[in-house]
Amino acid sequence: MQNEASSVLNEFQQGDLNAFETLFRMHQRAVYGWILRIVRNPATAEDLTVETFWRIHRAHARFDPLHGFEGWSRRVATHAALDWLRTKRPEDELPADIAAPPCADPAISAEIRCKTALAFQRLPPKLRIAAILSVVEELPGKEVAEALGISVAAAKLRVFRALRLLRKDLQQQGITP
Amino acid sequence: MNAHDEDRIKQLLQQALPPIEDDAEPERDLWPAMLQRLDAKPTPPPWFDWALLAGLVGLAAFFPASIPVFLYYL
Repeated sequence: MQNEASSVLNEFQQGDLNAFETLFRMHQRAVYGWILRIVRNPATAEDLTVETFWRIHRAHARFDPLHGFEGWSRRVATHAALDWLRTKRPEDELPADIAAPPCADPAISAEIRCKTALAFQRLPPKLRIAAILSVVEELPGKEVAEALGISVAAAKLRVFRALRLLRKDLQQQGITP
Repeated sequence: MNAHDEDRIKQLLQQALPPIEDDAEPERDLWPAMLQRLDAKPTPPPWFDWALLAGLVGLAAFFPASIPVFLYYL
């Protein structure tokens, strides 16, 4: 089984389209889920999944089968999502799931949730990705750092900066955390 | 920012952006779209990019002192 997987990775590295299709079908769900966590829009996540695998296919010769496919695909997906976030304006429409999230704390009104979501969209994309993966999705620091291609300390610093900027923005809107 | 503030911001953020479920999957088979993307011819860079590049090369050739300034703003 492991030999078979290793053979697929080697064939993919050599540019074999069938091996690429096998990897696509094996990993598309994981890549889609990862991107969805960042962009929070199913249609965009589908488009970016295709974009990610296109980048993966284009870079097949640089792929190292010894390092595995999952981590590499996640890094490529993170960069594809980051590029998309850079082109998006903060005022763009909020994803549907933000409109009516489950409210665990009744003290937090819908208005505050909406303002928080908008303030979050105004953060620089690099900080936004770090915060969403670390704070919202509660992923371990190592996983976040690997996906972003930076050290754990740098990832923590990005999360801290994101939270600080978010607090400042909310305070300017009259919301005191 | 103290630990209390940090926790409160985290809580606000989690309320504003609820986590995505682990079993999320695409609504359609993406392989046909992937094949279409692979078959698409790469679009050549627009003429404006070439003009910009030529301008930069010209600037560097006639005013070499501008190179460090350009690199600083890069």
